[in-house]
Amino acid sequence: MSPIIQGILTIIIGVGGCITYFYASNWVLDHLIFPARTDDRGRNINRATMVRPWLFLFPAIFALGLYLVYPVVGSFYRSLFNRSGEEFIGLGNYYYLFAEDGFRVAVFNNFLWILFVPAAATFFGLIIAELTDKLSWGNLAKSLIFMPMAISFVGASLIWKFVYANDPDIGIINAVRDSMGLSPIDVLQIPFWNNFFIMFIMVWMQTGFAMVILSAALRGIPEETVEASILDGANPFQIFFRIKVPQIRSTIIVVWTTITFLTLKIFDIVYTMTGGNFDTEILPSYMMDYMFRDDGRATAVAFVIMLIVLPVMIWNIRQAQREA
Amino acid sequence: MATLKLTDVGKTYGGTVEVLKHINLDIKEGELIVFVGPSGCGKSTLLRMIAGLEKISAGTLEIDGDVVNDVPPAQRGIAMVFQSYALYPHMTVRENMSFALKIAKQSKDEIDAAVDRAAKMLQLEDYLDRLPKALSGGQRQRVAIGRSIVRDPKVYLFDEPLSNLDAALRVATRIEIAQLKEKMPERTMIYVTHDQVEAMTLATRIVVLANKGVAQVGTPLELYERPNSEFVAQFIGSPSMNLLKGEVVSTGAQTRVHLGNDGVAFSDYPTTEADQGLQVKVGVRPEDCRIAKDGDFYFYEGKVDITEALGEVTLLYFEAEMGQDPVIAKLPGVHSNMRGQTVRLTTESDKVHLFADGVSLHYREGTPEPENA
Ligand SMILES: Nc1ncnc2c1ncn2[C@@H]1O[C@H](COP(=O)(O)OP(=O)(O)OP(=O)(O)O)[C@@H](O)[C@H]1O
Ligand SMILES: [Mg+2]
Repeated sequence: MSPIIQGILTIIIGVGGCITYFYASNWVLDHLIFPARTDDRGRNINRATMVRPWLFLFPAIFALGLYLVYPVVGSFYRSLFNRSGEEFIGLGNYYYLFAEDGFRVAVFNNFLWILFVPAAATFFGLIIAELTDKLSWGNLAKSLIFMPMAISFVGASLIWKFVYANDPDIGIINAVRDSMGLSPIDVLQIPFWNNFFIMFIMVWMQTGFAMVILSAALRGIPEETVEASILDGANPFQIFFRIKVPQIRSTIIVVWTTITFLTLKIFDIVYTMTGGNFDTEILPSYMMDYMFRDDGRATAVAFVIMLIVLPVMIWNIRQAQREA
Repeated sequence: MATLKLTDVGKTYGGTVEVLKHINLDIKEGELIVFVGPSGCGKSTLLRMIAGLEKISAGTLEIDGDVVNDVPPAQRGIAMVFQSYALYPHMTVRENMSFALKIAKQSKDEIDAAVDRAAKMLQLEDYLDRLPKALSGGQRQRVAIGRSIVRDPKVYLFDEPLSNLDAALRVATRIEIAQLKEKMPERTMIYVTHDQVEAMTLATRIVVLANKGVAQVGTPLELYERPNSEFVAQFIGSPSMNLLKGEVVSTGAQTRVHLGNDGVAFSDYPTTEADQGLQVKVGVRPEDCRIAKDGDFYFYEGKVDITEALGEVTLLYFEAEMGQDPVIAKLPGVHSNMRGQTVRLTTESDKVHLFADGVSLHYREGTPEPENA
């Protein structure tokens, strides 16, 4: 069977199945379970109306449960077992993790990432969006800054490996040092600060995203509020920080949290740049170290990551609801 | 406290699109000048040039005798009220009103005093801690005005400030603005509007803009009673002035004009021998029309096509040829039974305006220019 026919068939079966489900379940509800014919007709209609939303929501709830809730519960369950998955060890994996230095470094670094990357990317994005808005070549600049978004994390890492390369003939940092007569250094091995060199790759990639969204938001600001503030005597800095930025606050928050979520999922950059060496490990890359070797520990790390994401997520949803 | 002088001011967008040219205006201290004109004639542009939000392409703008073409907006001593209010949505009413003073680094006591004074003047005291989105349109407009008052500027600019309000609120806010002006008699105000009533009631002088320039400047009554052109005649007043073709048959201090269908009109516009036989347009405002008694002179005879009873007055629309504006008469009282009747209209000689080639005979060379023009 050719793939096209297969695809069409799938669509027909899927859509047809959905329609059949809604139609049939609705029919069953109205005619068999709560028929409107019998004596208590009014009550039956009311009851059917109460059940109907759940009937229609069921497929979505079922799919979400299957693909979201089950994995969470399943992961947690798996994290309570040893590496082979045969022996129940309770919170043993967690005790082990919290006692381990590597894990603590990873948690610390991860907080660095959450604090620095979204803040820096949003800040640069905002500044660039504002500065390029009135320029004739602003759109060209924006396209260039947006481009890293299209590169894979591994690809970006490779590019920056060249930038950071030890060899002054390859790496720009060491080329500059070389021209000043300094000996080359490997920035990825400078304790603590190496984290920032790696984080900068993520900032470089996400600034474009922040810039595009914030630039659209800035354009949505009523021009007259800006003109009013000009007449009120505000200088460009005051206009930007006291009139424009507060008006796009909600967009800034969305951009910030979106980048935060992305950052929490990053492992490729660290993996390719240092492999987690020189104290640059973050939780996802730390998890990768255990994956396929000790699934109990790996799922335990995954669960810790989820616990860290949770507050950001809840706060984000709250914000979204408040805006609505 | 402030005089404004515009000399040969012009505006060109992008070097090619000429929007305004040769604008000359002398605005005295304490005047309330109203700009009117058809949509797109450059009223907002002129106002924004005065505010400094738009560069002046040609000519000079003087405030109190100083050329301010290159003075930044905030230092011109000008405040502007925008049509869309332009309140800062993230600030409370109090913060909105105190923003300019905070920028000017005034002390907190001074700011509070100024805001409270303005809030009291505009009855905004109960709303000082609210965000703009929690205010009605009229309240927002008052905050916008309050924001200007707090700064105590020399010149107030209003760009169609009432056009987003409903009819009742419009009247109320218009009166408030008039009262505001009375409380600050020495402040100069410039006001853009589309609304005839606003223009007539608020203005000390009206500036009619048309064709990239000033068509006429004068007090509301000057423009109403002695428009200098057909354009101004039809622009000021609602419904528009009726214009009918005629020929001058006798001249002197009073001019006699014959119109079609045995119509005759006498006008107080003086003419000379040379005007004998001149083809003119005779202008009579709908509200100046009366029904002619039998045997009286009449300037127009026609069949009533439509009547509109507005209560205190009735508008009669006469049958007109395709593509021509119908003659309209505005008669006191209710006359809804006049539809289909043939009616003759007459009026007094001081209400008959004469135009030749679009220009009023009253303002021809040789006749004295009115003051302030
Ligand atoms: N940036 C611009 N570039 C080119 N032309 C412009 C620009 N801004 C305004 N114009 C033109 O200038 C003219 C005057 O505009 P303006 O807004 O001053 O009109 P207006 O008299 O205020 O009209 P309205 O009564 O509709 O508010 C318009 O014809 C408009 O098309
Ligand atoms: Mg306008």
